[in-house]
Amino acid sequence: MNSADGTPAALLEVRDLTASYGPFKAVFGVSFSVPGGRATALLGPNGAGKTTVARAISGLISPERGHIWFNGTDIAGQRAYRIARLGIAHATEGRSVFASLTVEENLSLAFRRNAKRAALAAKLASAYDLFPRLGERRSQLAGTLSGGEQRMLSLARVLVDPPKLLVVDELSLGLAPVIVSEVYEKLALIKTQGTTLLIIEQYVEQALKIADDAVVMNRGEVVYAGPPTTADELASHFLIGS
Amino acid sequence: MNHLVEYLIRGIPIGCVFALVAVGIVLTYKTSGVLNLAFGAQAYVSAATFYVLRDPARTNWPMVPALIVSVLLLAPALGWLLDRVLYRHLRTAPPVAKLVTSLGLLVAIPELVKLDFLLGATQKPRPPGIATESIVLTLGNIRLDGNQVVTIVAAAVSVGGLTLLFRATNLGLQMRAVVESPRMTELAGVNADAVGTFSWMLSSFFAGLAGVLLAPLFGQLNSLDYLTLLVAALAAAAFGRLVSIPVAVAGGLGLGFAQNLAAGYLNDLLPEVLATSIRQALPFLALFLVLLLLPGIRRTKESTDPLAGVDPPPPAPVAAVRSRGLTIATRVTGAVAVGGGTLVTATLLDPFWLRIVTQGVILAVILLSVLVVTGLAGQISLCQASFAAIGALITAHLASRMGMSVLLAIAIGAAATAIVGALVALPALRIGGIHLALATLAFAVMFETVIMPIDSVNGGSRQLRVPRPLLFGIDFASDKAFFVLTVACLCLAAGAVLLLKYGTTGRFLDAVRGSEIAAASIGISPGKAKIVAFAISAAIAGFGGGLLASFEKQMGSTTYQGNFSFVVGLVWVVLVITLGSRTVQGAVNAGLSFMLFPQLLEKGLHLSGSVAQTIAFALFGLGAMTYAKHPEGIIDAQTRRAVNAIMRRLRRTRVGTPDSDPEGKSPTVVAPTSVSAADLWGSP
Repeated sequence: MNSADGTPAALLEVRDLTASYGPFKAVFGVSFSVPGGRATALLGPNGAGKTTVARAISGLISPERGHIWFNGTDIAGQRAYRIARLGIAHATEGRSVFASLTVEENLSLAFRRNAKRAALAAKLASAYDLFPRLGERRSQLAGTLSGGEQRMLSLARVLVDPPKLLVVDELSLGLAPVIVSEVYEKLALIKTQGTTLLIIEQYVEQALKIADDAVVMNRGEVVYAGPPTTADELASHFLIGS
Repeated sequence: MNHLVEYLIRGIPIGCVFALVAVGIVLTYKTSGVLNLAFGAQAYVSAATFYVLRDPARTNWPMVPALIVSVLLLAPALGWLLDRVLYRHLRTAPPVAKLVTSLGLLVAIPELVKLDFLLGATQKPRPPGIATESIVLTLGNIRLDGNQVVTIVAAAVSVGGLTLLFRATNLGLQMRAVVESPRMTELAGVNADAVGTFSWMLSSFFAGLAGVLLAPLFGQLNSLDYLTLLVAALAAAAFGRLVSIPVAVAGGLGLGFAQNLAAGYLNDLLPEVLATSIRQALPFLALFLVLLLLPGIRRTKESTDPLAGVDPPPPAPVAAVRSRGLTIATRVTGAVAVGGGTLVTATLLDPFWLRIVTQGVILAVILLSVLVVTGLAGQISLCQASFAAIGALITAHLASRMGMSVLLAIAIGAAATAIVGALVALPALRIGGIHLALATLAFAVMFETVIMPIDSVNGGSRQLRVPRPLLFGIDFASDKAFFVLTVACLCLAAGAVLLLKYGTTGRFLDAVRGSEIAAASIGISPGKAKIVAFAISAAIAGFGGGLLASFEKQMGSTTYQGNFSFVVGLVWVVLVITLGSRTVQGAVNAGLSFMLFPQLLEKGLHLSGSVAQTIAFALFGLGAMTYAKHPEGIIDAQTRRAVNAIMRRLRRTRVGTPDSDPEGKSPTVVAPTSVSAADLWGSP
């Protein structure tokens, strides 16, 4: 799948990625690719290394070895803000919001880079449109929101302003099922608008509905890469070696 | 009523001074997460440069170029340097590590400036202001001179500008975001390092501006005055919970008003001495009360970085398990070293060095108090020198005025100091960490500037005489005999601290230090545990202080200035924490090096006494920069390394193969659940 000059054809190509936290190795030589304009589900049990892969892609951690090709450039080990400017957005897992800033400030921080003052208001409006609850609490400190609301806030930051590649970590964790469905509808919409998705998800059925490809990791290695078959079939890969 | 308005207007200039400094503190805290105690030192650097450049006897620059160089160039450059060398690497460090670093800078920076050849002379002329004296504004019967007007304008402009920066600009938003989580800010496409550097340059510029503007307040340019002013202004900053600029300004003005109202009304009601003391004590009392009472300050605990999990976990402070033989060997070595050192000192050293070593041993006793409060309870106390001074004063009063036996007086002094310690720690019921450190700093500064100068406290112009003790018919009047007594006292105190550490209270404190919430959940009261720790620590410091008074044979203002001033106390704390606040070794080494190192520099390098002292203090301060990397202390880190190396060699010779266990599965290194007593007395 490589073109003649050696750069990969896929939008994102992870090759031989090895990453660790201090002395603790988390990912051992992982390779997979995410074709442009499609949705890829990255699945696997707890401790498989999915989050580590996502962090390496967005530059939160510097991989020990390996390459991450994005749009023809190797971004492995680059600073996170440079990668963000290239068009990769990473919705980190859990309640990743600035607790000491208000809801509106949290959103502005994410939107201001691409938007002038006038466009900012429109983007804020569409964020509140997507999650009306956030609109009600726009001047509240993000730290005082409930867990689900904080999750909405961190998703709103990336959904309203679609990047080239969106990495979502543990999307459904802590969200009410109704909201999860809404978020998936929104994801499907921005996919049609040209955003490539890499979705990390424990809730396998939901992820497989939108996914065009699936990658399954276990114990820091890729154990399956291919078409998204049924959850039951993929689940057999979860059990390998465990 | 007319009086009231007049008092209020008179309070505006000094209120603006407090406001300006408070805004600087809030600015740094808000944009870097560092409670920058070195702010005063940074202000001093710019002020000193400005007045050296302006000095007619030296370069005699005109005002504007001098201002540009000292405030617009030098101050931001200093901020840039601090960020690049230090704070950039501490951005995700715990708040206490940042506080210790700023303490080290607070000690080191003024000493380094003193070393500067430009300021070689200790006598500095009265600093002139920016404005010429001719500008005078008259409001009714109140005169404001040019410098006061400039200060008021600067305070107004800076509060407006900074409020605008934080409320309305993207940069202000980014600066606040970077403090909370540099990584999440980077995910939004913002260069967190660049924003962080800008924050430091801005706050350092502000420190420089405040330094130059406020210099005319002081008779001589002196870093200590800046520090005192900083602590006073902290009350205003704390009122705004260290993050609100408008509230900090209001707090500063309020302090100014309150001081003038106190000056106006209390003079009629109270004796003059008391009225003056109350007026001077006001900012410190205010800081203490704000920390004790202000609702919500407890909630201002530092919000944590949601992406903290990205960092590799901090390396566990491993405890080396060693063979019984090695443990016995190190203990015997330690005992021999202590005994031999005592013997050599007592028999071979000349009287001068004997005195120095004795002072070091007494200081080691005092510094054991830091082991209790910081090492065991995990709190930073900046008033240990004041506790020691209180012990010394009570001992001196009891012994000289009432003719009590010295040892009994020392014991009573220690007990009374324990009560003071418990009172000072009252805010600990609600707060901890940097806020508690602030409360202790407020107490230390208040003790020095308000309580100590009172004649009935310091014994008047003549020093109080303190005799040497007499016990079981043995007279400890000679320096040699007294030295042996101090070593015995040190062993006694160290034994008591070890009993405490391995007893129930020590376990409680371990639990509280680990997690206050977890400790509370198993029935330990964190507030009570912290107060007990402060009381015990104060008692030890008071005991050591009494011992020092007896050694010096006197106590009073002069002795206080030489031994117990709060800046000296800051150096003590910095030194103990750097060397290791968890072990007796750390305290003993800190005590001895504090006394011996400057003297060795002086005699070894043939320096003048003050230069040697300055170099030593600067090095002590810079040593604190290792804290973030080695929170367990330099000595402990080195000991563990040495022990691990020895163990590896022992194993290699026993097994006969080179290190056959590369994965570290052997029990050489285990988790730090139990630290044996051997670690305390381990081989250096």
